[in-house]
Amino acid sequence: MSELSFRAIDAWWWPWVFLAIAGWFANDVWRLLGVAFSGRLTEESRLFTIVKAVATALVAGVIAKLILWPSGDLAEASLALRLGAVAIGFAAFRLGGESVAIGVISGEAVFLGGRLLGW
Amino acid sequence: MRSTATDRPPDDRSALSWFLAGQRAFVSLPALILMAAFTGFGGLAQASGMSLPQTVFLVAFVWALPSMIVVVGAVQAGTPLLATMLAVALSAARLMPMTMALMPVLRADKTPKWVLYALSHFVAVTAWVFGMSKLPDLPRAARVPYFAGFSLTLTGVNMIVAAASWWAATSLPPIAAAALVLLTPLYFILSLWRAAARAPTDRLALIFGMAAMPGLHALSPQFDLLLTGLVGGGLAILAGRVLPKPAAPESPAAPAADITADLGLDGADRAGRDGEGGR
Repeated sequence: MSELSFRAIDAWWWPWVFLAIAGWFANDVWRLLGVAFSGRLTEESRLFTIVKAVATALVAGVIAKLILWPSGDLAEASLALRLGAVAIGFAAFRLGGESVAIGVISGEAVFLGGRLLGW
Repeated sequence: MRSTATDRPPDDRSALSWFLAGQRAFVSLPALILMAAFTGFGGLAQASGMSLPQTVFLVAFVWALPSMIVVVGAVQAGTPLLATMLAVALSAARLMPMTMALMPVLRADKTPKWVLYALSHFVAVTAWVFGMSKLPDLPRAARVPYFAGFSLTLTGVNMIVAAASWWAATSLPPIAAAALVLLTPLYFILSLWRAAARAPTDRLALIFGMAAMPGLHALSPQFDLLLTGLVGGGLAILAGRVLPKPAAPESPAAPAADITADLGLDGADRAGRDGEGGR
């Protein structure tokens, strides 16, 4: 039971059930609860701070995974280039007045340049 | 400030015209950046073995990039349903307080509850920031149609963007496809860092989470994300408490130092920032 992964059941409907439960329901339940309880929890409350920190760290873990163990063609690039491109993108973002566009474009430019050099 | 909007003489523009005005508001820089992120997601989903309809389904029915990326990662890794559900639920918990904060701004006296439940589906960073900043200036009756016009357009366009990018990823040269997949982590680090401008605890959580991931993955590959959330978030809360004004960041656990430095999130950088903030 506990091993029910995305490809565990060989039927056309199983992936959709998986996506509906683990994707749609697990996600939207919070929005529905948010409407139901709107007006109680405030952004200043202690619980809100804790929930937000845990959620941020979890997403940070996802990001680290995407860089350290990437899927598809990104895996062909060296770890040094992946980390370097992200680091330079972050530095450009900070220098460019925290502009996400500047950071993304700089990081991507470094990555493409590095790949063309075969790194 | 908000009362000025309701004090205005009643606006006779129809709900439809407000809906269309919301649609036009879609043309904006944040929406453009989000489209870049969904371009990245389409490429990531394709690389992770998701079909085109499954990719579009996630965009339409999840509509929260962190959760969508957790799902795609779990599909690729063969994570069990229950563990995936827990990881998604944990990464999406932030949506509840966000929704709670938006509702009092969005609703009018006569707005039916089901409309609010339906519109809550669009609560995610971009639409939320848009709603919280634009709606207070509009008459009450205009807010629901205006927000609906904006968020339906945003979601619809990004369904197309993700589908086009999924399809393009199959025929792109490998280097371009790789650059597409890199968009997602890059965009997320920067936008989360920005979103946490007034919450130093969240910046610590971002750093600790990335740093703790490799070790916790080695410890428990199946529950690494949940553990990362709890450990990284817990440490961030503790550090935020111990250091009310973190002038000099404490040296984090051993793996932390390496990774954060590699990602450009080193201590000197942060110390400099905090110095600026203190002035």
